[in-house]
Amino acid sequence: MFKILRDMLRYNVEFAIGFVLTLSIFLFALAHFWAPLPDTAIYLLPPDMPPSAQYWFGTTSRGQDVLWQMSSAIWNTMLFGLTVTVLSRLLAVAVGMLSGYLGGRWDQALMTLNDTMIALPNIPILLLVYFVMRDSMSWPVLAATAALLGWNYDARLIRSVTLSLRNREFTRHAVFAGMSVPQILVRQHLPYVMPVIFFTAMNNLIWAIGLEVTLSVLGFSDINRPTIGGMIYWANQHQAIIAGIWWWIAFPIIAIVLLFLGLFLLAISVNEYIDPRSRLSRMGA
Amino acid sequence: MLNTLQAPTTTDSVLRVEGLKAYYQMNYFGVRREVRAVDDVSLTINRNEIYGIAGESSSGKSSLIKTIAGAITPPLRVVEGSVKFDFGGRALDVYADPQAMKAARWQNLSYIMQGSMNVLNPVRRVKHAFHDFAFKHMGISQSAFRSRVEQHLHRIGLDPRVLESFPHQLSGGMRQRLTIALATVCEPDFIIADEPTTALDVLVQQDVLALIKDIQQRMGASIIFVTHDMTVHAAIADRIGIVYAGRLVEEGPTLDVFRRPQHPYTAHLISSLPRIGDNKKRSALPGKPPNLADPPSGCRFHPRCPLAVDKCRSENPPLVVRQTGRVACWRAGEVQAA
Amino acid sequence: MSALLELQNVNKDYRIGGFFDSATLRAVKNVSFTLDSSKPEIFTIVGESGSGKTTTARMILGNEAPTSGTLRFMGQDIAAIHSRADRLKFMARAQPIFQNPFEAFNPLTTIDYFLFSTAKRFLGLRDKAAVDAATDKALNHVGLSLAEVRGRYSHELSGGQLQRIAVARALIPEPKLIVADEPVSMVDASLRMSIVNLFRDLRDRLGVSIIYITHDLSTAYYISDRVIIMHRGDVVEAGVAQEVLGNPQHPYSRALSQAVLPPDPEAARKIIMAKIQ
Ligand SMILES: Nc1ncnc2c1ncn2[C@@H]1O[C@H](COP(=O)(O)OP(=O)(O)OP(=O)(O)O)[C@@H](O)[C@H]1O
Ligand SMILES: Nc1ncnc2c1ncn2[C@@H]1O[C@H](COP(=O)(O)OP(=O)(O)O)[C@@H](O)[C@H]1O
Ligand code: SF4
Ligand SMILES: [Mg+2]
Ligand SMILES: [Mg+2]
Repeated sequence: MFKILRDMLRYNVEFAIGFVLTLSIFLFALAHFWAPLPDTAIYLLPPDMPPSAQYWFGTTSRGQDVLWQMSSAIWNTMLFGLTVTVLSRLLAVAVGMLSGYLGGRWDQALMTLNDTMIALPNIPILLLVYFVMRDSMSWPVLAATAALLGWNYDARLIRSVTLSLRNREFTRHAVFAGMSVPQILVRQHLPYVMPVIFFTAMNNLIWAIGLEVTLSVLGFSDINRPTIGGMIYWANQHQAIIAGIWWWIAFPIIAIVLLFLGLFLLAISVNEYIDPRSRLSRMGA
Repeated sequence: MLNTLQAPTTTDSVLRVEGLKAYYQMNYFGVRREVRAVDDVSLTINRNEIYGIAGESSSGKSSLIKTIAGAITPPLRVVEGSVKFDFGGRALDVYADPQAMKAARWQNLSYIMQGSMNVLNPVRRVKHAFHDFAFKHMGISQSAFRSRVEQHLHRIGLDPRVLESFPHQLSGGMRQRLTIALATVCEPDFIIADEPTTALDVLVQQDVLALIKDIQQRMGASIIFVTHDMTVHAAIADRIGIVYAGRLVEEGPTLDVFRRPQHPYTAHLISSLPRIGDNKKRSALPGKPPNLADPPSGCRFHPRCPLAVDKCRSENPPLVVRQTGRVACWRAGEVQAA
Repeated sequence: MSALLELQNVNKDYRIGGFFDSATLRAVKNVSFTLDSSKPEIFTIVGESGSGKTTTARMILGNEAPTSGTLRFMGQDIAAIHSRADRLKFMARAQPIFQNPFEAFNPLTTIDYFLFSTAKRFLGLRDKAAVDAATDKALNHVGLSLAEVRGRYSHELSGGQLQRIAVARALIPEPKLIVADEPVSMVDASLRMSIVNLFRDLRDRLGVSIIYITHDLSTAYYISDRVIIMHRGDVVEAGVAQEVLGNPQHPYSRALSQAVLPPDPEAARKIIMAKIQ
């Protein structure tokens, strides 16, 4: 594992840049555990201070340090995004692989479900959940709902990969070698599906973070828990742009763009690394 | 280079390949690999000749003719050597002048890739393929082109109506004929074909071979033809070159190679062919094909050769002229024909 | 005499075409033959592509149900095997060999996984040493050993070795029948002989019956005991291999046997020149 990491850092520029970028942002987000003030506290600092030696990224109109707000916000936003991504990947892999491999009636049933989900509009569903759950609404519930909405396109993609693997000779051979369905799917097919999972995970993460930002900007989330979208929501509430408090908006946006860039670079390079063709070449095929 | 003797040259040669080395050079996250798929090959092809290249799978046959056709893409790179054509006064050095090479495509030279019958665009009618590939090289009007194509198909024994069909509506044999028609419609001087009959059924195979032979006779073209199937070489090749692990190990007139093989590998290839009416036990070659990223020292055949001696393990036998052909083996005189 | 495999008037129809203009294609028509369990043999099915060979093989292996007729394996109706337990019992007795040795093993996993899985599932072995021993024994039958195969990936072995490992894998449960669908058409001549020789050897030493499917008449002649020739789903000729192939009666069988190019330049050239006229 360590050797792979070292090789990737040494020989793959995209990976090296992506790794450094993502790692720095992660460390920055991690730092919020040592923040001098609780991230929900307001009006403890002088409001509207521009960036200075004391407040590097300035303060908000609500008397919070933008630097420490961002640290918490990135952490919370990433946590939300990763939760959605992991949950929805699990769903996509399970449905896609089973549907592709089992075929027949299973395939029809699962794909009908899948297509129904695709047809559902995301934002209205989330708002519906928000209004129904109102009191017990928390970020994990929101993440679970988003995960339920975010797996269907990718399940189709994974299904098509599995479908082509099912017709390869080694799959039929595996059946006659007595392997069970889980063995075939996990041991034989998953290595080919991994690149798809990684690739779609990236898209899904961006989608999930975007969704969180959108909902927060609209005010449909726990607005006291700092997130990137939440910061923009509060900045808008206080008309930060018109008031010239640009740092309240600019720094969160820069942070999110850097995070996307870092994740994107990581995804494409890791993807190249685990791609079956390049794996085979490295093994010496 | 040094210990390879010059190929015997005739004044009327169309192609001269000298000391050609082409390697797949790869670098995957620090793992560097170099597959020496074509390693020091020299050969000459005469006008109006069918030259067959034989060898086992992954011996470098496709790589060799890809390099000759000037159709290489990374990671395959020419490391050394030259490929020179001479189309009746129009000389062409493939790796010195890529521009001239482009001009010669289709007009003088055509290349039928391995599996090319499966690369016809599945969503376009066959006639578009002719138009895309050949029309702009002919310099004639649309209608003249159309009638020329129809005439050509007719000669090849295909109904011109196939032009209106989609590839999937045609059988494998018809598609292979089409790719041959496509490669020959400009009447090139030189045709390079990689395994054009391997994917075909026995019944269709003979028709396609007869077609190739017929075209060659009528147009007076030279052909390089690759296949691992020795019986196909027996049927149409004038001369055969045997490739083993990226090297040419024997070359000669077809009849002589079949009757009096001089290299132990060739002798094995020929004696292992089964025939109807004879089921006496035939032996198979021991060991496995060499890894071209790390080929055996000396003679590359030595780990599998029944005649190998110490010298074979350390010194690479040069390809030398012997009797009617050339052979690369320290013990060429002692090889028994089967 | 008891029958190992018995096909009785087996037919198979496929629906082809679209939703509105569908038609049925009879891929296999009224095929019957019997393999005797007391006399192991190499039973060959020859025919051009599309003649129904693979469809027949798939029905014998239970991967496809016949439209009508019955296939019995050791007295049991193959199409009536449904539960996983029965299916495993059947697979322990009848094993396949596939066409392309380079595709038979997953390029991304080690080959021994297939061998060990077979030994565990069909022989019920748990203990690692016992699994190794069973695997090694099967590999010995094909002239290999576990030491040569353990931990290797398919690209590290030659086509001939891979195909022999595939045969060894099929031998682990000590099957009565091996169904080999075009096992040599993707490999070159010298590999071809090593695989075909192996089949002979298995029949003689281990008493395994082999259904050998091919369009290559010269290897069919070389190893078969009995042969059937299929044409568009029909069996057009059947009998002892040397008689049928050496002296074919049906026009299609004759055409097939003439389509085999002789491995001799003078004779082969004559055939091609005759075609050109
Ligand atoms: N694109 C590629 N990248 C890296 N190595 C390659 C590539 N194509 C071929 N090779 C390697 O080059 C060697 C020669 O391959 P080549 O395709 O020329 O063989 P061949 O004789 O035509 O075989 P076949 O009869 O199977 O067509 C092999 O070791 C092969 O693995
Ligand atoms: N799954 C299928 N669906 C429809 N037609 C099929 C299917 N499988 C085979 N066929 C058809 O059945 C016939 C026999 O095919 P096959 O048994 O594969 O022949 P062979 O193995 O002799 O080449 C062919 O016409 C083929 O197109
Ligand atoms: S040089 Fe030696 S090893 Fe090579 S083919 Fe001749 S006898 Fe065999
Ligand atoms: Mg090739
Ligand atoms: Mg078939």
